[in-house]
Amino acid sequence: MKILTCPMNGPRNINEFQSFGPLKANPDPETTSDQDWARHLFRADNTRGVIVEWWRHVPSNYFFLAERNATTNEVIRTFDPSELEAAQ
Amino acid sequence: MTRLPAPYGSRINRAKPVRFSFENKPFEGFEGDVIASALAAGGQWMLSRSFKYHRPRGLMSMAGAEADTLVQLPSDPNAQADLTPVTEGLKVTAQNVNGSLENDRDAFMDKLGRFMPVGFYYRTFMGPARSSWLKLWEPLIRKKAGLGVIDLKAPHQDYEKANLYCDVLVVGGGHAGLAAAIEAAQGGADVILAEMEPELGGALTYRRGSDAMLHDLLYQARKLPNLRLMTGTTVNGWFEDNWLPLIQGRKLFKTRAQEVILATGCIEQPAIFRNNDLPGVMLGSAAQRLMRHYAVKPGSRAAMMAANPDGYRVALDLLEAGVEIALLADPRPGGSGGGLADDLRAKGVRIVQGQFEEARGKSHVSEVKIAGEWVPCDLAVVSVGYAPMWQLPCHAGAKLGYDEDTAQFSLTLPDAPIGAAGGVAGLFGAEAVAASAQSAAQTALARLGKDTRDIAPVPDSEASLANFELPVNANPKGKDFIDRDEDLQVKDLQNAVKEGYSELELVKRFSTVGMGPSQGRHSALATARTVAKATSRKVAEVGVTTARPPFAPETLGVLSGHHHPAERRSALHQEHIRLGADMRPVGAWRRPYFYGPKTDAKRLIEEEVHAVRNGVGVLDVSTLGGLEVRGPDAGEFLNRIYTMAYKKQPVGRCRYCLMTNEMGTVIDDGVAYRLAEDLYYVTATTGAVARVYSDMLFWNAQWRLDVDVLNVTAAFSGFNITGPKARAIVEALESDIDFSRDGFAYLDGREGTVAGVPVRAMRIGFTGELSYELHCPSTYAKTLWDAVMQAGVTHGLRPYGLEASRILRLEKGHILIGQDTDALTSPDELGFGWAVSKTKPFFVGKRAIEMRRNKGLPRKLVGLTFDGPDVPGESCLVLKDDIPVGHVTSVLWSPTLNTHIALAYVHGDDAAEGTPVTVKCRNGARVTAPVRGHAFFDPDNKRQEL
Repeated sequence: MKILTCPMNGPRNINEFQSFGPLKANPDPETTSDQDWARHLFRADNTRGVIVEWWRHVPSNYFFLAERNATTNEVIRTFDPSELEAAQ
Repeated sequence: MTRLPAPYGSRINRAKPVRFSFENKPFEGFEGDVIASALAAGGQWMLSRSFKYHRPRGLMSMAGAEADTLVQLPSDPNAQADLTPVTEGLKVTAQNVNGSLENDRDAFMDKLGRFMPVGFYYRTFMGPARSSWLKLWEPLIRKKAGLGVIDLKAPHQDYEKANLYCDVLVVGGGHAGLAAAIEAAQGGADVILAEMEPELGGALTYRRGSDAMLHDLLYQARKLPNLRLMTGTTVNGWFEDNWLPLIQGRKLFKTRAQEVILATGCIEQPAIFRNNDLPGVMLGSAAQRLMRHYAVKPGSRAAMMAANPDGYRVALDLLEAGVEIALLADPRPGGSGGGLADDLRAKGVRIVQGQFEEARGKSHVSEVKIAGEWVPCDLAVVSVGYAPMWQLPCHAGAKLGYDEDTAQFSLTLPDAPIGAAGGVAGLFGAEAVAASAQSAAQTALARLGKDTRDIAPVPDSEASLANFELPVNANPKGKDFIDRDEDLQVKDLQNAVKEGYSELELVKRFSTVGMGPSQGRHSALATARTVAKATSRKVAEVGVTTARPPFAPETLGVLSGHHHPAERRSALHQEHIRLGADMRPVGAWRRPYFYGPKTDAKRLIEEEVHAVRNGVGVLDVSTLGGLEVRGPDAGEFLNRIYTMAYKKQPVGRCRYCLMTNEMGTVIDDGVAYRLAEDLYYVTATTGAVARVYSDMLFWNAQWRLDVDVLNVTAAFSGFNITGPKARAIVEALESDIDFSRDGFAYLDGREGTVAGVPVRAMRIGFTGELSYELHCPSTYAKTLWDAVMQAGVTHGLRPYGLEASRILRLEKGHILIGQDTDALTSPDELGFGWAVSKTKPFFVGKRAIEMRRNKGLPRKLVGLTFDGPDVPGESCLVLKDDIPVGHVTSVLWSPTLNTHIALAYVHGDDAAEGTPVTVKCRNGARVTAPVRGHAFFDPDNKRQEL
């Protein structure tokens, strides 16, 4: 079983986590066309290589992000979402 | 038959005879015997009939791999006779037999082999009709080619699971495994050594001249307190980050190791010649196991084929045990057995260059043809080479190659904290094995940050001698088996290639090679060589098929383990029991279904409904989800999560909450009570609160609002006092809250103390009656409950259960999320446009709700009543022009209205009140009812505002 390192709880078994899919931009609902909004809701990029995705540590209900290589399943790093805020 | 004298028979206890039966014939073995050894001691060598041709089969490896040793035990099909201990009175029967093992009525199948070429099933059982496979052929073939029988009345057994952690896990307890474990433990690591067999030592337990070395290794291993030795333990797979399941009987140890050292050894390979599957034809290691472990003499006159030093050692062992060696064939050009050959010759053994070309015998080998000469014998032993136990390393990502010079598979390990030592690493000489084990241990110690010492590699004196690539030439008359499990001969694989299946994975799928219980342990090497030759490629290019866990068969019981049913109970659970409640599971919770004896259910439930409508009742709502949303942005946060507006909600007021997902589908509802400017107490439905809590934090991980959410479901208990007389009860309680009509209006919320208990009181309810819902910390729940019940005595307060609650809510047309909604339900379909803010700039699902609104209303939830004899059930279809357009979501008998009431989705065009709609009942009858509003009782909602 894979080990994922939670930024808050440290290294834990992967079965304590739930994947919430790749990080994606939330488009402005006021200015996005119907077609693009439907694409936003239903289409996934399914990118090969390194992706950033949301994970939840279920017992603590803590959400964080992981950089993971979707081809090799190697987790490069995990970080708190406040880092995204800081980057903006 | 007499056994060999001690010290032969290391695993048996001659003082304890064990009586059992095989095919209803009595046999006697000893404690420590396996079924196959005890039968062999009794002269019974045939154990089964083969899968396809029903040929007689017996033991070949004594290592528990081939299908030929599978037997039926009373409560256990497919038991491996060469691994399963005999027990007193055990009834063993043969499998895959029509009639008796000796006289199998399907033995004629053997003669039909030429009519059943490879891929026979796919080509032959196509017709005559499309359904012929399922109806005709499959049942027939299952009967002919089945394995064991499952005992549906098998006794219940307990299974356990545990977690283990260690610095170093050593897989395999042979020479390499023991040496590596000792080295790692001496270096200060916490070590577990797992060995599949019941005793440690691996090949050292049966290999010639190994006793002293084994004794020394065991002595060292047993005195190390930080080395845990686990025998009878199969490491059944490798999973990411060194997570390995260790199965020991009915126990599963989920083991996380910092470092893994694979010392899984190798598996001796059979030779390919005509009738190589006759009982009496066995591997050199099998003959040694029979003698050393079980004191069973494998025969009286042996023909030997030896292409490595181990083969010569086996011959010496056989001689010592009193077995005559008729002839030893060494297939190597200029075949040199070295000093071992000289020893044999000195004892009068004739050695020729050559190989087994063919064997003969009815149900046991009686002759072997070597260099054109038929040699009479009752035992034919082959020692021609090994394949590494590649399965576990390959699970871990190792790559399997093939060394043309030494004619053996080789493994390249992945870049991970995994090492390999001994036979699996292609080493055979004792000094080289020991050095590789110590080296692997030191590498692991170094990665663990422990002090290490240098180990000089030792060249292997035997590696180049261990394996010999026998020419694989198809016998023109066949029956030269590569895969005994699946009855596959050399020509079958050659024909598969001719059919165009040149890649190994395709050969496997077409021919089924390697798909039997041995999973290619004895066939992968020969298959690779055969396919390589047929396709003019190198063996390395052909390789082996992908190895996946599990390594060995595992029972479902081991996987499921102990049953730990989780059950949540409200703080008032014992009160409900005391009041005679019928407690039923609702999700993870247990809730009162009604109060009183089961035989009176219908009457009691109706009484509970009447009590609420005409007097007063109380319902435990502790299972309801409770969330505290706190922070300066709490109002803004709820505005985004729910469809209504909360920022201007006054403190001390409650407001309905409707939650949609991004697709605009209704996923939950509840009530938000604003306790303070920056604090809301929000309820969620019992089954959805965990998801709502998760969703809330997921959204806020993105929104970054200054708000905190706390799930207080278990921290708070609550009950709803409801009915026309509810106010009389709460006013009778000692409290600082003004419960009067003017002081506490509908949808008001108040904090205070009731009977000394801190409460959050809300005028909300699900029944449509005057209702007060009191929430308090769960530790106070019983105190508050007792006070309420006490105050209720004079007013006839009656606790009611879930079923009455469902009736009461349906009489009011209140929806249940998940019951009256599905994965597509929009607020508009529920007629909940009033609950969706039109002024808020954003909430989750807003955009989708608007997009769906533009597409029109495909269906709508309406009320229906049914007075006649035909009443539809839940999920019955609503028809329009005989085409399904919706379904009934809830239907119940209303004791208040004396009719059946229902909620149902109807076509969007039929949603106007009075429109007749048709519903198809379960019995096929079609009933028509006019559309009504949701609320069947008190449609103007006067009663809740009394």
